[in-house]
Amino acid sequence: MCRLAFWSMSLQCWDDALVSALVGWPPWLEASVQHSSQFWMANMYSKGTKRKFFDSVDAAMDNKAALYSRQRQSLLDMSLIKLQLCHMLVEPNMCRSVLIANTVRHIREEMTHDGSWQLVTEAFGGSGPSDHLVATEVLCRSSALEQQGGGPKLYSVMGYDGCREEEVVTDEALCSVTFSDGAPSLLGTIDHCWDRAELRMAAVENRVIKDSGSEVESGEGAKTVMGQVFGTFEIKNVAPGSDLALEELFSAVDASYYDLDTMLTSIQSTPKMGPYNLLDSMASSHGPTSNSSCRTDLSELDHIMEIIVGS
Amino acid sequence: MGEDTESSKGNHSFLRDYVTEADVISTVEFNHTGDLLATGDKGGRVVVFQRETVVGHKPKGELDQVGETGESGEYNVYSTFQSHEPDFDYLKSLEIEEKINKIRWLPQQNAAHFLLSTNDKTIKLWKVSERDKQPEGYNLKDEEGRVKDISTVTSLQVPVLRPTDLMVEVRPRRVFSNGHTYHVNSISVNSDGETYLSADDLRINMWHLGITDRSFNIVDIKPANMEELTEVITAAEFHPHHCHLFVYSSSKGSLRLCDMRASALCDRHTKLFEEPEDPGSRSFFSEIVSSVSDVKFSHNGRYLLTRDYLTAKVWDLHMEKGPVETYQVHDYLRTKLCSLYENDCIFDKFECVWNSSDSVIMTGAYNSFFRMFDRETGRGVTLEAWRETSKPRAVLRTRRIYTGGKRRRGDVGVDSLDFTKKILHMAWHPEENIIAIASTNNLYIFQDRVSPDTQGPDLGSDTI
Repeated sequence: MCRLAFWSMSLQCWDDALVSALVGWPPWLEASVQHSSQFWMANMYSKGTKRKFFDSVDAAMDNKAALYSRQRQSLLDMSLIKLQLCHMLVEPNMCRSVLIANTVRHIREEMTHDGSWQLVTEAFGGSGPSDHLVATEVLCRSSALEQQGGGPKLYSVMGYDGCREEEVVTDEALCSVTFSDGAPSLLGTIDHCWDRAELRMAAVENRVIKDSGSEVESGEGAKTVMGQVFGTFEIKNVAPGSDLALEELFSAVDASYYDLDTMLTSIQSTPKMGPYNLLDSMASSHGPTSNSSCRTDLSELDHIMEIIVGS
Repeated sequence: MGEDTESSKGNHSFLRDYVTEADVISTVEFNHTGDLLATGDKGGRVVVFQRETVVGHKPKGELDQVGETGESGEYNVYSTFQSHEPDFDYLKSLEIEEKINKIRWLPQQNAAHFLLSTNDKTIKLWKVSERDKQPEGYNLKDEEGRVKDISTVTSLQVPVLRPTDLMVEVRPRRVFSNGHTYHVNSISVNSDGETYLSADDLRINMWHLGITDRSFNIVDIKPANMEELTEVITAAEFHPHHCHLFVYSSSKGSLRLCDMRASALCDRHTKLFEEPEDPGSRSFFSEIVSSVSDVKFSHNGRYLLTRDYLTAKVWDLHMEKGPVETYQVHDYLRTKLCSLYENDCIFDKFECVWNSSDSVIMTGAYNSFFRMFDRETGRGVTLEAWRETSKPRAVLRTRRIYTGGKRRRGDVGVDSLDFTKKILHMAWHPEENIIAIASTNNLYIFQDRVSPDTQGPDLGSDTI
């Protein structure tokens, strides 16, 4: 059963948690939220008490603007996460990815127009968040925050046609992810990807991996990321046994899959870490870490699967 | 057709969902006479139903007498076969889904029936034929087919055909593979009876039914730089009468009518149907909800029916600047778009269909509801395809969504809608008022017993 009222709930939580949640956010997110809250607060208190009526109207308008800004920010975050995790869907859907990407562009345009994009780009040292592997920045959290505990939910896109196990990011979850007590839930939420991940890992083991991880980090722009995302929807129609140059073969391999493999194997080996921290560490390491650990990780994966199924 | 998906949430729920996932119906299509109904599911299977011929069945055109319900035949399983198997793309280490995206029947030319079925990658032509006679009395083989000992053969006999039990044989006749890099979303048979088109996210190809090793690319919207991709093809269809015309819809809400006589590559449309955006209602979700999920020509070939997330629109082929009719399917969702974006429901692709006389249109919604709109009066009705409330032969009653004002008994509140129960696929009999509705893994067939040949919201139901 899908929770329609969720959106209004999360906004309410946002108001409450605004101050406390600022600790540990990535700088650009913190900056943009602080900007909007400071803006709101500055306008709230800058007027004298005599013109109470106008104050309240102005305050209401500023409040509305701040609210809109927060909503927009939240939508941007959500869209970026969806885009990044599109290959984890049960049924790949290019139309969906294109529509989400257009939404991100639209938000960016609007934010550029009203100047709020400035804060974001400054935090990135000149390039916007979508110029990098954004999800990693959005979802990367300091270890201090993990120790806070609490019950923020994991954002995961389960199945395209199911509203079942979609657990949506609350405002708190935007700030923090605790993995230690959430390990089974994480594994549960990406259960559909096990088979794929296993197959991919098996395929990866037998290949020489080109260092394609650097492409992701180059900061060439949203373009590289979008291109990669859309590229993952291609079906290669190559008859087995056809003559292909080795380079051609590997150039068609998409780097993001190896990243997913690394993420999953890393989860296996370091269950204490948050999954999105791993995305960050994955982004910084060029290409998949070690294939030698894949075999042991595979057996560990099997073990975990047995536990889940057996329970 | 499979078990109901209602299952308690247990530890193995994700496994159980996976098992029954294969039974989810993904496409429904009547053949040109309406005697056969084909369904495809996520497991790659095709089930063909046949309408039973009842003695005393009134031929089309004769009016029913008052009080007589009429003996319309029921649909029973005729044949089942595995159309597509799960495939694996070794290069990308990706599974290629065996889910049947579309089925289209060919016009019947002889005793056999032909249908095209497609998954994400490969289109197949299947021949469905009946065999009710078998040759018997071979000289060299015995009844089981084993070779006889020559010494036992003393006389010569002529094999004869003897009637046997009816057997339905399904054989693949053509396999059209390697035509698409992206996921095939539509196929459409041309009125010339010889060609058909297949559309994926970025390209449309035209095939000859007899040639499998090559196809013509007629539309290609892939940008040179994939980073500049902002629009994909969502559906395509040939004109029902003009073999040179076809239409395709896009994720930006536009329709393009193309004339193949104009050029070999129809990247430049002949007509562009687009409704200008209302600046007052613009939001971050405007583009997403304007994405067309299905497009269908009317039977007379004069109109187009499109479905986007919140509305169904009828377009006149002679007027490009906007639709001639707009029907609100579930406008109460307009304020919930953010939540629906969160849970991905906003990307659901609903189909839409015309009735035989092009006077009624139908499309699906959530909570097992589907909507019918009478074009003459503009009125819409909400009906439900749900096992609990539809007993066989019971009359469907209309449902209402409560959006304010006086609440009647039986009204459903917006917040209690079940978004997992979505009616995405449906079909309308080409000549009569019989509709087939797919609801996850159940197929509902509703027949209008009062007025089988004219439109009307009075429907009886048969649940399969």
